[in-house]
Amino acid sequence: MSKRPQEYEDIPGTWVFDAERARRGYHLNAFFYSLMKAENRAEFLADERKYLTKFPMTEEQRDAVLKRAWNKLLELGGVSYAIVKLAFTDKKSYQYMASQMVGVTEKQYVEMMQAGGRSLDGWKSKSERKA
Amino acid sequence: MARIIAGIGTSHTPAIGAAVDLGKTAEPYWVPLFKGYEPSKKWMAETKPDVAIVVFNDHVNAFDFKIIPTFGLGCAAEFPIADEGWGPRPVPIVKGHTELAAHMVQSLVLDEFDMTIVNEMQVDHGLTVPLTLLFGQPKAWPVRVIPLAVNVVQYPAPTGHRCYALGRAIKKAVESWDEDLNVVIFGTGGMSHQIQGPRAGLINKKFDTAFLDGLAQNPERLASIPPLEYLRDAGAEAIELVMWLIMRGALGPNVREVYRFYHVPASSTAVGHIILEAA
Repeated sequence: MSKRPQEYEDIPGTWVFDAERARRGYHLNAFFYSLMKAENRAEFLADERKYLTKFPMTEEQRDAVLKRAWNKLLELGGVSYAIVKLAFTDKKSYQYMASQMVGVTEKQYVEMMQAGGRSLDGWKSKSERKA
Repeated sequence: MARIIAGIGTSHTPAIGAAVDLGKTAEPYWVPLFKGYEPSKKWMAETKPDVAIVVFNDHVNAFDFKIIPTFGLGCAAEFPIADEGWGPRPVPIVKGHTELAAHMVQSLVLDEFDMTIVNEMQVDHGLTVPLTLLFGQPKAWPVRVIPLAVNVVQYPAPTGHRCYALGRAIKKAVESWDEDLNVVIFGTGGMSHQIQGPRAGLINKKFDTAFLDGLAQNPERLASIPPLEYLRDAGAEAIELVMWLIMRGALGPNVREVYRFYHVPASSTAVGHIILEAA
């Protein structure tokens, strides 16, 4: 038995944190959660690869952490509220992380928001975008 | 008898709390937002509730992923302020109302809402930002708080119908408490926003306006909005708006809209705010 495709998978540019992603991302998210403590942040920054071995995540997940591959982290089961603790560890803002996920500079992202944000036009469904 | 006299819907964007804590409220970016909450602070100062039930969600701070309650009612005497990774917000500790909270749990479970009882919990920006917006920066919060934490982080969040029905059961629970207490209820989070992936920054003013209109006039319609519609049309994190339906359900069928405010943006969020008095 396997999961049927979910309707929300048709939303472009979005990884819904569902039960399957939560299952795959459990140890990845536990790692992000550990960064809430200052001593853990320091230990991680001192030797990132070594610190990551404490968490039984996949090599692909470890690699995405080391590369700060923000969208990949979402795809592999990270949840944004947890992932952002890595951005904070890097002394970056939430808006910086969002801009990196979007693929623009932080300044461009902030300007887009101040101009009213991203319109739904063209972003409602993947099937619509292909059409 | 205790009574729920009003409901407050408001976004709880963390950047709003940071702007207050860091003294940035007079910066041009923030002026329109805080101006929009001035009438609300005045209304709150005149209303002087005894208790505030605050429906909010934890953002992977109090709860890690070991336990994820769909509905968790805070029954503690005190709720410390969470360190979300940049130190706890410099705001007063949140004081609970243990007697009423214990009564509510009992009433709700017998009413077939299987609440998780939370006797220890740190509260994050989801709860403290709404308090700051409505009460400002007092030395101690002038109200006792019963936090109701709702899972909206891992899909699926409870449905709009379920939330609306829980609100109605909360009204019943509060009204079966003998002490004379004026209670307000906050529904927090939203409005349209998406803070993840290439689609981050999505805002849908049309959706938000219809939601604000529906709260007073047609909450049953809002309760029937399926989860997919929030995610797709208003952004992955707009699902937080189901928490406003708990607030609305607790007010009874008829309400009077006394104030409304809408502003884009605070960080990545469309900020929505409404005050409804039970009629």
